[in-house]
Amino acid sequence: MKDAIGNVQRILVLGGTSEIALATVKRITDGRPDADVTLAARPGPRRGDAASALEGLGLTVTEVDLDVTDRSSYERAIGATFDAGRDVDIVLIAFGVLGEPELAWQDLDAALEMVQVNYAAAVGCGVLVAARLRAQGHGTIVAFSSVAGELARRSNFVYGSTKAGMDAFFTGLGDAVARDGVEVLVVRPGFVRTRMTAGLRAAPLSQTADQVAAVVAEGLRTRRDRVWAPSTMRWVMSGLRHLPRAVVRRLPV
Amino acid sequence: MGSRRALAGWGGTSPTVATVVPVAADDAVGRLVAEAPERGVLARGLGRSYGDAAQNAGGVVLDVTSRDRILRVDVEGAEVDVEAGASLDQLMRLLLPLGLFVPVTPGTRYVTVGGAIAADIHGKNHHVDGSFGQHVTSMDLLVGDGSIRRLTPHEPLFWATVGGMGLTGLILRATLRMTRVESAFCVVDTERCGDLDDLLARMAEGDDRYTYSVAWIDCLARGSSLGRSVLTRGWSARRDQLPARMRSRATEFRPHQLAVAPPVFPSGLLNRTTVTAFNEAWFRKAPRERRGEVQGIAQFFHPLDGVGEWNRVYGPRGFLQYQFVVPFGAEPTLRRCLEMLAESGQASFLAVLKRFGAAGDGHLSFPSPGWTLALDLPVGAATLGGLLDRLDAEVLAAGGRFYLAKDSRLPASAMAQMYPRLDEWRAVRAEADPHGVFTSDLARRLDL
Ligand SMILES: Cc1cc2nc3c(=O)[nH]c(=O)nc-3n(C[C@H](O)[C@H](O)[C@H](O)COP(=O)(O)OP(=O)(O)OC[C@H]3O[C@@H](n4cnc5c(N)ncnc54)[C@H](O)[C@@H]3O)c2cc1C
Repeated sequence: MKDAIGNVQRILVLGGTSEIALATVKRITDGRPDADVTLAARPGPRRGDAASALEGLGLTVTEVDLDVTDRSSYERAIGATFDAGRDVDIVLIAFGVLGEPELAWQDLDAALEMVQVNYAAAVGCGVLVAARLRAQGHGTIVAFSSVAGELARRSNFVYGSTKAGMDAFFTGLGDAVARDGVEVLVVRPGFVRTRMTAGLRAAPLSQTADQVAAVVAEGLRTRRDRVWAPSTMRWVMSGLRHLPRAVVRRLPV
Repeated sequence: MGSRRALAGWGGTSPTVATVVPVAADDAVGRLVAEAPERGVLARGLGRSYGDAAQNAGGVVLDVTSRDRILRVDVEGAEVDVEAGASLDQLMRLLLPLGLFVPVTPGTRYVTVGGAIAADIHGKNHHVDGSFGQHVTSMDLLVGDGSIRRLTPHEPLFWATVGGMGLTGLILRATLRMTRVESAFCVVDTERCGDLDDLLARMAEGDDRYTYSVAWIDCLARGSSLGRSVLTRGWSARRDQLPARMRSRATEFRPHQLAVAPPVFPSGLLNRTTVTAFNEAWFRKAPRERRGEVQGIAQFFHPLDGVGEWNRVYGPRGFLQYQFVVPFGAEPTLRRCLEMLAESGQASFLAVLKRFGAAGDGHLSFPSPGWTLALDLPVGAATLGGLLDRLDAEVLAAGGRFYLAKDSRLPASAMAQMYPRLDEWRAVRAEADPHGVFTSDLARRLDL
């Protein structure tokens, strides 16, 4: 159970090796590092390292196999997590791929893989998690979207389109489940310097995973339904969306 | 069967959704409980507990307020049989004219008898009369298999239920021993105390001469005025202590609700500036010393009930109440806690300090000999959690404990340390409800 201050007892991370998600888990448990954390991700050293890092902080970690390209895999991971143990207070939907932007709009396999992971599986997990949390009568979903979903940019519009889709889904889901005691927080980070973006040229207003985590934690504490990281990104994106397409096309973003 | 609704405690901090079912006839509730709904069942009274004690996320919540009859009144023997959903307000309205007063009243009349037993509530008379459960002579408890047990203070299940926060079953009815009074008024002495030492000395020295005693502390006062406070103590007024014109209607009880707070208060209205100003004005307003003032019961015991739904003043983010007791001898801890609070600048309205007498027999009853401090804090500042965690550590290290009816944020790890009879309670509860049909959000949070 979450308490009056926002301390949580159990967190499920779908995409359990995401640097932003792990930074978020650390951040929301830093006052009381005694929660149970389930990391659902592909087995391997990355997951193991993530688990050890969290255990080092005092958290109790369970590792669960997850392959989001396989529906039965995420059904199993979510089902098993909710069937045993305490109530799950927070579910982080944190998996995603950046892919190869130029391949993604020209190669069918590359395009569909991005759609499957970033959009279809996110929706699938959202459907299953929402049903579990509604039955529980409480809980919060944190969905990691992206500012890329707010504005199609030449440089990564397939990624942007998948994030636009998942963002719309979780935004609407938040309204649908509000009366069931379930809250949804949609997070829209700008450029984050992580393993996923290594080698890419950092966009303006770039930030670290810890900075995003701080924004997420504050959003949870104040019970918001969407946050931008950094928060100024909200106004930047709002401005960009109103520019004529011809101008956007020429922006270095 | 019921309606799915969000329920919160009085502090409004962590609402969860449950199916709310009004408690109907005994056998109908029995059948419902025996079906053991997936996420369990829980009784709820008037929802005056501050945290998550009267919530059961995803499960069934039995609204006991639909069972509020007074079944039998024995004026001679000063005893009543009541249904558990009856409120103390009802009992006062009906029974004061007969010269009977509730044995224990909290700071609000709007609590049910069931809630009063389940939290084993205390009042300003704890140092002489003990807690609510000590005035219950029998009760009917509906347990996990849907059957009803009549319990008396000879049975362990009785004392697991007194203070058991609804986790042993549903209290349907109880027999209460009432207090005989000659009037619906109190005779009150008021003293201003300059600092904590002054206050503690006066309470230790003089409380035993009074039936009722409580102090209001200005939590923002620091340094040499740390603990400055107003101590009010009194007795139930005898008829001959009332002014002549009041004697003929001595037992009339006419509390007035002055206003209802509107639902839309912005969060953050109560900040350090507004609260400092309020506390200052309030302290100056209190007489340095006044003896023998006659006050109505509502004015003396339930000043906040004058404003309906005043909890809304804290805005949508809500607030919490922090109440602990530390044993006699742990006065330095009490002082340190007040210092930490004052230094943090957390805007708190007044804090209430009371001197507890002997403990009762409830396994999880809160009151135990010592000093109990209670204060309301708005949930807002990001630093609040850390501050309270540090205060927890001070209190636990001093052998103190927290009141479950107020708590909304303790970790499960604190439970066994605070309540050494926890295992004994667990064993009795397991016998009455082996499958754990009765559960709550508080139980989930504290692993009860
Ligand atoms: C302004 C204010 C002042 C207060 N002052 C004091 C005080 O001075 N001293 C003090 O001790 N407390 C005080 N309280 C707390 C209050 O007395 C307790 O929380 C009490 O339990 C509230 O009763 P309720 O009917 O509202 O119960 P609820 O809040 O609805 O429920 C409280 C608990 O009782 C259980 N319960 C309720 N009915 C039943 C039943 N029929 N069978 C089994 N379990 C049941 C619930 O499951 C829950 O665990 C105060 C509260 C407020 C708001």
